[in-house]
Amino acid sequence: MNEMLKNSLRLGPDGRGRFGEFGGRFVAETLMPLILELEAAYEAAKADPSFQRDIDYYLKHYVGRPSAMWFAERLTRKLGGAKIYFKRDELNHTGAHKINNCIGQILLARRMGKTRIIAETGAGQHGVATATVCALFGLPCTIYMGAVDIERQQPNVFRMKLLGAEVQAVTSGAATLKDAMNDAMRDWVANVRDTFYIIGTAAGPHPYPAMVRDFQSVIGVEARAQMLEAEGRLPDVAVAAIGGGSNAIGLFHPFLDDPTVRLIGVEAAGHGLDSGEHAASLARGRPGVLHGNRTYLLQDADGQIIEAHSISAGLDYPGIGPEHAWLHDIGRVEYVAATDTEALHAVQLCTGCEGIIPALEPAHALAHVAKIAPAMNPDSIVLMNLCGRGDKDLATIAAHLGVRL
Amino acid sequence: MSRIAARFAALKAAERAGLITFVEAYDPDRATSLALLRGMVAQGADIIEVGVPFTDPMADGPTIQAAGRRALNAGATLAGVLGLVEEFRRDNDHTPIVLMGYLNPFLAYGVARFAADAARIGVDGVIIVDLPTEEADVLLPTLAAHQIDLIRLVAPTTSDERLPYVLAGSSGFVYYVSITGITGTRTASAEDLARDIPRIRRMTDLPIAVGFGVRTPAQASVVARHADAAVVASALIDRLAADLDAQGRVGEATIDKILDDVGALARAMRDARVAA
Repeated sequence: MNEMLKNSLRLGPDGRGRFGEFGGRFVAETLMPLILELEAAYEAAKADPSFQRDIDYYLKHYVGRPSAMWFAERLTRKLGGAKIYFKRDELNHTGAHKINNCIGQILLARRMGKTRIIAETGAGQHGVATATVCALFGLPCTIYMGAVDIERQQPNVFRMKLLGAEVQAVTSGAATLKDAMNDAMRDWVANVRDTFYIIGTAAGPHPYPAMVRDFQSVIGVEARAQMLEAEGRLPDVAVAAIGGGSNAIGLFHPFLDDPTVRLIGVEAAGHGLDSGEHAASLARGRPGVLHGNRTYLLQDADGQIIEAHSISAGLDYPGIGPEHAWLHDIGRVEYVAATDTEALHAVQLCTGCEGIIPALEPAHALAHVAKIAPAMNPDSIVLMNLCGRGDKDLATIAAHLGVRL
Repeated sequence: MSRIAARFAALKAAERAGLITFVEAYDPDRATSLALLRGMVAQGADIIEVGVPFTDPMADGPTIQAAGRRALNAGATLAGVLGLVEEFRRDNDHTPIVLMGYLNPFLAYGVARFAADAARIGVDGVIIVDLPTEEADVLLPTLAAHQIDLIRLVAPTTSDERLPYVLAGSSGFVYYVSITGITGTRTASAEDLARDIPRIRRMTDLPIAVGFGVRTPAQASVVARHADAAVVASALIDRLAADLDAQGRVGEATIDKILDDVGALARAMRDARVAA
């Protein structure tokens, strides 16, 4: 038993919140006591069976879990290789995987007696999910969103407002996800007593990366069981898109100790990895400290953070969750990249073959599936996390296809 | 004795509290920063904090965020900031200089290289906003080996139980972040300080400086009655920012206006304990 435990890749982080040399708690002293309080509250909640029962209740009856697993038969035939399955987290209430984590964190916030919620959002999916659970539980919430993202994600901005959230436009920096996270942390430091910060991705100071992963692991846990039921075996490859990395770690984590399952994370290559305009922090970044954790970052020689670029607002972030940084360094997960153009083609491919309009984020994962599946044996299986639906991206997609809505 | 310890010993002997002023390096250009460093000493600043610009200053309010952007646009780097201090040191060997910033530029520079260069140039202390005690081991042993103080931040949220942990192994002075919030926003009241400063005093013999939200001579003199030093930053940067022309350059009189403010702060602090 001890030998098995020692060999598991699923035990992180350590007591300092680190995955190997990544992670940690690099926050101002004002926040440090809160981070420690949050960690203790989360550990207590995990040990309390009623907490998981509550999560399961809301995931089943409110979110609509388990999400379906779909054999994409026409797409499989078209690509002419491996069998392709979609884990359909785009069918969740609010249209993406983000709500899995929001249910967990808001239940924790309630346990801790917090009365106000804040969050950052890029594409608006996490903001919408947060605003949704705040409406459900009657808590006031403020969502920080970059002014640039507000411009390109108008439908989600209106959704959040309709749900009762206050949407704060962030104009500092490049006015995207990174800057929204800065302003959310500034709000938190000024409202430490009553406010709970629901971070949307598997990054930030410990315990967030572990906590978000735990709440998102329902994706991989379900997919593993569904795959065993459908095919009687595990997939050969599991693929997910990566911005901060929450949907990917949610899919990968339950498979980390299955050496036959190749895990592939797809970063956003924007206009190309060598264009200087991308969001591929593993492919083109190096380790540093931002937003409370040590991880791979897009940064210049002087340690200044470089703005990311992606057609997908949800991937437009210059860092990545620390567990991914570690999985990259130990080689357990392969990290590749797909460009804006490849993602747009993947949207059309998926929509035409399967009648599913994917969000631009999972379209990056699909773009990579389309690259590898044709060369694979027809008996082999690729599982892809279709983590969000494309409704929010219609304007962006239309604009790139030259259509005015 | 280090410059910081010597300065606080002198302040204690003179029975007054110190004025710590802040300059965001390269805001809006290097020459202005150098003129401010020199002029602030002449106007009575006891210690100077030099801000190391960073793209993502998470603990700073709009004023210092904007200053950081101007500085980065002017080409600020940590190497450049060290060069600025080096030039200041050519004709000032007594005023303590403390660098304040965020961890990543220091990591990018290289911790060992930074400590060696900073010690050679005459940097006396470092405040890293996003480096709590839990993570201090990335920097502390290397800085200590070069006799550079890693100055700890204590916040209103730091409990009595946590204080000894935060203060263990600290040197130089203790920087009390007097409000829960970002720089340049709220101000702690005299009642707040009367409650908070003795709480820290019981746990350490180090001098205590109060920062975040100290803006006016009146506020500085309140701090002087409770703590060993007051840090003024955003108010001075606001003065600079208000005086920039359309091209973002300082005007003829900008530096004098800022230095006049420093003089008024210094006088208020010198008079504070006499008045009390």
